[in-house]
Amino acid sequence: MSFLDVINQYDPQQLLAEIEAKRAADVEHALAVDKLSLEDFKALLAPAAEAYLEPLAAKAHQITRQRFGKTILLYAPIYLSNKCTNGCLYCGFNATNKVSRRTLTFDEIEREARVLHEQGFRHILLVTGEAPQSVDNDYIAAAAQRIKNLFSSISIEVYPMEIAGYQQMVATGVDGLTIYQETYDRELYAELHPFGKKRDYDFRLLTPERGGAAGLRRIGIGFLQGLGNFRTEAFFTGLHAGYLAKHYWRSLISISFPRMRPAEGSYTPPNPVSDKNLVQLICSMRLLMHDSGLVMSTRESAALRDNLLPLGITQMSAGSCTAPGGYSDKEASTEQFAIDDDRTPAEISAMLRRHGYDPIWKDWDGAFLDKSAGR
Amino acid sequence: MDKLVIAGREFSSRLMVGTGKFSSHAAMVAALEGAGTEIVTVALRRVDIDNPADDMLTHIDRNRYLLLPNTSGARDADEAVRLARLARAAGCEPWIKLEVTPDPYYLLPDPIETLKAAEILVKEGFNVLPYINADPVLAKRLQEVGTVTVMPLGAPIGTNKGVRTREQIAIIIEQAIVPVVVDAGLGAPSHAAEAMEMGAAAVLVNTAFAVARDPGAMGVAFKKGVEAGREAFLAGIGEQRDRAEASSPLTGFLHD
Repeated sequence: MSFLDVINQYDPQQLLAEIEAKRAADVEHALAVDKLSLEDFKALLAPAAEAYLEPLAAKAHQITRQRFGKTILLYAPIYLSNKCTNGCLYCGFNATNKVSRRTLTFDEIEREARVLHEQGFRHILLVTGEAPQSVDNDYIAAAAQRIKNLFSSISIEVYPMEIAGYQQMVATGVDGLTIYQETYDRELYAELHPFGKKRDYDFRLLTPERGGAAGLRRIGIGFLQGLGNFRTEAFFTGLHAGYLAKHYWRSLISISFPRMRPAEGSYTPPNPVSDKNLVQLICSMRLLMHDSGLVMSTRESAALRDNLLPLGITQMSAGSCTAPGGYSDKEASTEQFAIDDDRTPAEISAMLRRHGYDPIWKDWDGAFLDKSAGR
Repeated sequence: MDKLVIAGREFSSRLMVGTGKFSSHAAMVAALEGAGTEIVTVALRRVDIDNPADDMLTHIDRNRYLLLPNTSGARDADEAVRLARLARAAGCEPWIKLEVTPDPYYLLPDPIETLKAAEILVKEGFNVLPYINADPVLAKRLQEVGTVTVMPLGAPIGTNKGVRTREQIAIIIEQAIVPVVVDAGLGAPSHAAEAMEMGAAAVLVNTAFAVARDPGAMGVAFKKGVEAGREAFLAGIGEQRDRAEASSPLTGFLHD
């Protein structure tokens, strides 16, 4: 049974009604148990839980400290290409947007990589749009190959691949995959993705499973906050994370919390998520998934990121640029979305230390995957 | 306290310390100092082993502590062996804490892959200290292939729940021909004392220090717990009985 079979058992409208029907007593029960049931998780996502944010945050903090200690893993994205054949209404890379398009050469990729390596990063995320003509599996594998000596961990956030594609990535030294469903709401998904390969909801939904089957060690999922109703989206994300953790038990599942940011195309999100609800969401996810990585990107403001730090977050991007070539060339092409926290990696690192956290630059080693190492 | 001997090397302290999860290197160093440890384990995935200026390694005085690299993150024997070899190639002493934990959630060790890796590494001349579930038969198998300790878990890593595997650990200790080090799950000095009272040769602690308000003071508290437990074990703890037993036997008069 795939996750598609699992999610197909749910009616989103009925689910929302069930979540909204949860009362204070349900929330208190969820806060009292060690391991959440799905009913407990619904209660924590309910409007009724908004009156319990402080105890929810305290518990999320306590679990996170116990499981991860006082450490935060730092990473940075490298945007390889902003070419895209999809029509996602909310994305700056949308094929119909009249923006300058660019796919980095391998020399340019190495230049970007060296800037980030100098800043201290050893965990890197390679990002592209979906453009099979110019950006294919071989290109991504060659990019990873070119820079793998500079980094201890390489993840990809690109178009969904078949299992063979992910196996090719693993063989090259890629150890992680990030893929957001954007929205778990099938109807909304169809509206937001009017054309392009990404229009295939089922293929995208099953992507993390193909990554897991190919042996990727880190699998990151999430939904794009602002599109669908955050309560049902968060429930499905938690359900998905739990499914993946059970079925692909050798892979570490992490969950990201991207909120919509201003981008080329000026899309207005129909369901904006407030800071308060973002906190509710992060803390609830921690109570459901004690050991999952929870990721906070530079989409959020510096002040908010600092405050979210003790609530369950274990990984942060720093000094990110979302335009291909943007680290080594400040005049580079169009960015995917505008970042908010524009502090340098050194400033983020200093902030973490001020808050009593150890910034972790390296928490992996290419030798795990490199069959030629240690002979 | 009597000396701990592992692979012919003597240690005055029976408290080993892990280095993950600390808020800063200063907090880690404070815990090491407080604990009075002589053996410090470091995740190879966390350090840049080829770089002598690596941030974490520069904070661990290798003249004072035995640096015990661990293979955490390895999912199978191949990966663990590869990491151990890299550590040795980078100039570490041939001591390795073998961790093969394919499950990234509870970090429970894979017994089959652990045994495979131990066999290879022992043959290559490593002193292998394997992290295992509290499985007495596996412990025996590992000793047969030549590991220099066995390190059963008291409870899953990071849980601070104490010696939940007590019955199994008691069997492992009873049957052991190498030092038994209780690793993982010890959250309070009383847990460490309990393991030592049972006859464990040493304990390994990380989370309890890293998440303490004062890691240095917690190090000191654990040091005392370990010493108290060891001394009690050596002194001979009276057996627990279900019925009261008078200290002057009731039938003593029969010998008069």
